[in-house]
Amino acid sequence: MTTPDEAVANILTDLRDASHRAIVVDSPPGAGKSTLVVRAARQLAEDDDQRMIVAQTNEQVDDLIDRLAGADPGMRIGRLSSTAYVTSERVDQHANVRVATKPGDLADRTIVIGTAAKWATITEGSWSHAIIDEAYQMRSDMLLRIANRFDRGLFVGDPGQLDPFATVETARWAGLTWDPTMSAVSVMLANNDNIPIHRLPVSWRLPATAAPVVSQAFYPFTGFESGTGFGDRRMAFTTRGLGGSIDAVLEEAAATGWGWYELPARHTLRTDREAVHALAAIAARLIERGATAHSESGSHPVTTDRVAIGTAHRDQADAVRTALRGTAAEPVTVDTANRLQGREYDVTLVLHPLSGRRDASAFHLEAGRLCVLASRHRHACILVGRAGIPELLDAHPSAEPVHLGVPVKFPDGWEANQSVLSHLTRHRVRATAL
Amino acid sequence: MSVLSALAKAEAVRAGRAQPTAAVRHLHLGERPLVAVPLRLAGEAAAPLAIMIGTARGDQNVLIVPQPRDRVLRLRFIEQLADIVLPYLASFLAESEELTSKAGETYTRCLDAPQIWTPNEGGVNFLKLLGRSVRFHRTDGDNPVPVSIPLLGRWLTWFGDRAEHPGSAVLPAMTSALSAHWATGQSALEDGNLAALLGWIDPPPGRTGAEAAAIAEDPLQSPPAGPATDPGFDNEELAPLIAAYSAAVDENARAVAAERLERSRRGQLEPTWQLMWRALDLLRALPPGASVENRWTDDRGAFSYFAAEVAEGTPQARRDPAVRAVRRLLERERALEALQAQCAFDDPLRMLEHRVTGAAFRGTVVHSEPDRVDRSGARPKLRPHIHIRTTDPFLAVVGEELTCVERPKQSGVVVEIDGDRMVLELSGGMGRKLVAEPGSVPTDGEALGFARFSPSPFNGLLNLPAREDTPWTHGGPPPEWVPPTDDEGEELQ
Repeated sequence: MTTPDEAVANILTDLRDASHRAIVVDSPPGAGKSTLVVRAARQLAEDDDQRMIVAQTNEQVDDLIDRLAGADPGMRIGRLSSTAYVTSERVDQHANVRVATKPGDLADRTIVIGTAAKWATITEGSWSHAIIDEAYQMRSDMLLRIANRFDRGLFVGDPGQLDPFATVETARWAGLTWDPTMSAVSVMLANNDNIPIHRLPVSWRLPATAAPVVSQAFYPFTGFESGTGFGDRRMAFTTRGLGGSIDAVLEEAAATGWGWYELPARHTLRTDREAVHALAAIAARLIERGATAHSESGSHPVTTDRVAIGTAHRDQADAVRTALRGTAAEPVTVDTANRLQGREYDVTLVLHPLSGRRDASAFHLEAGRLCVLASRHRHACILVGRAGIPELLDAHPSAEPVHLGVPVKFPDGWEANQSVLSHLTRHRVRATAL
Repeated sequence: MSVLSALAKAEAVRAGRAQPTAAVRHLHLGERPLVAVPLRLAGEAAAPLAIMIGTARGDQNVLIVPQPRDRVLRLRFIEQLADIVLPYLASFLAESEELTSKAGETYTRCLDAPQIWTPNEGGVNFLKLLGRSVRFHRTDGDNPVPVSIPLLGRWLTWFGDRAEHPGSAVLPAMTSALSAHWATGQSALEDGNLAALLGWIDPPPGRTGAEAAAIAEDPLQSPPAGPATDPGFDNEELAPLIAAYSAAVDENARAVAAERLERSRRGQLEPTWQLMWRALDLLRALPPGASVENRWTDDRGAFSYFAAEVAEGTPQARRDPAVRAVRRLLERERALEALQAQCAFDDPLRMLEHRVTGAAFRGTVVHSEPDRVDRSGARPKLRPHIHIRTTDPFLAVVGEELTCVERPKQSGVVVEIDGDRMVLELSGGMGRKLVAEPGSVPTDGEALGFARFSPSPFNGLLNLPAREDTPWTHGGPPPEWVPPTDDEGEELQ
């Protein structure tokens, strides 16, 4: 296996090779993707020819600018924005960043960064090199709208995350190499041969307790390791628990990095009231008990901004937010898997996508959804759900139609779910009455 | 399944009949719809067995393929079908209006458009496949077919494409249309059976919906609505009759066998035919939603555009090239978003779904400042404030913009939240003066709804590359279309 340094060095060497029209870098969760983007951007910026960087959301653009400008205060960075964009503090604090709505106003910049949606409004000009960040989140149609702006591209992203989706029926394009609902990386690879694909081999975010589980379930053929060893990350509580199942699952998670809080089997509505209240109660108790996280970068208290709650649906997130009102955990981030992509916390609480369901639809089986939810944490992840999910999975083997010309997708969501569940049974805490 | 639809299903079971989930009809109902009930040969993708088709309850044309494995007979059937469908389509081309686009070009739009009803999604797919199977048939060279056959194929392909467009009503499936307006006490899969669905919605006197649906499950009492036939019918009735037709020794015997086949298939089609018209009556009894007309106008535009392409001989693409695929996807996604918002704005029952999930709320105005003017900018602006109280589970965020349900042109920005009360700053829909037009600002005690979404479709220009600029990431520009020549045909042989 290559070391992380070798992997980055190989990528940067390929980047100098003009014969590659594109380079793909697959990065598992927290494997130093942003660091790589910063290094690649600095290398590309050496010859003063202007380069473009494409990210997917304004949040991501601001994060990147913050890191780039911090890494190299001498680099002239331009931020391409819509008129509605309000310059964030992170961007404003750097003197070497200028914000503009037209590329013409950024002609003296060596790097121009913007969201894909903003780049899609630019109809003229061409850049020799582009870096496309979070390229697996970008849909093929967006790439079509910006691809004429650059000659060569570096596509960076996490293949295990959620695939882009369409709200309408997409079967009519299945099997076309230019299927507009594929990810940008898939469509580019389908239409071009001999594109080098690199892989970052180490996750710095996931602790030693999580990396093997996530790697085995969601990256079965492209495994990765944790950058830290067992015992490097610890979480301890400053107060003792009261001895109920809520405290038990918190202590299990603190000790082993995982917790599976299992409610009695039952078919429920999507916004399962008991599961929602369990999530809120666990989050509140976690904050009340004052956890401290110890890691290679020092010790710090686990405050509300270091905790997140993830769900599959928006109405579930709304229900959890409502349940958190008035508790110690009210400021905790509650969001869907789609919106938690690319984010990092010390502890995450997850409402299992299949909890309480009568069926296992493709949406709920999607491997990326569970992967995002189970790979946001640096210390511990607690899943909450109803008993009986393995039986549900057994009753619903994936039955998606197979289309000609569509490559089989790995990992299979059904199998990934089973793999995670079988791991979780070792960390099961059965709920007692709240 | 949402909380409300689950509740509606439970209510339906308790009441013994379907419960309305819509207060208005959300799709256009043509004045002269063409109802088509197709049947297909089991085990074949697009081998027609029979079709009952017509524009009125008493106008039932039955076309059959006596031996569905005989391709010549199949083509003869499609030709007969074209003789019914194509004149129907042409009848809408007679009257049109002249319009000018924003770019200044004039174009015409037909005053009405065709609408073909099939019993279920299977029927829609079958018509689409039938069209696809013949749209490239050659009308010259060896074994030519009549021009009307590929023409019908192209039209049916267009209908199938358009049917996928959210909000379109050119090729609706009856079970989908009914399920969108009523909730039954059975599963979504069972709702795919037209007879069972209608049994729940409009049970015969003295019976509950469940009893009526149970009767509908017996293929002898209510034959399936197609395109798949009942296997019992296939084995015991159809197979012997087709065998008799194939074994016929002379013209006379063949005519007798064909006549028997027609009678037998008519028996399978007739009950569904009656159900279709009953269902149309039920839908017609609902008042149309306010935005239905606009969506039908889009359908009329699409119909007129394709009719013009047919007239000019523009070839129909085999499949979507890269740029067209992207355009279609984005248009459909926009149309779907607009459709969902419009249905909710048209219909308080649909809006309820959004109020339950916290995307909209209804409340009462407790205080109104209709003449508040914002003088902070260079020019004073009329920005009334209203204080509104709601008991809905709506988590407002300061600074978010909401659209008023009663006055969709008016939006309100949340400026202050205090428990169950919030202050909204209104803009739009109040006239151009610094004093609001009478009635354009809500007054104290008025009940109002606000939503996070807006019913006006986003019609911004799509900045897509031209076809010849298709980028390298998507396979580069597609090859130019060249009319097929006879030489090519010979090469293929």
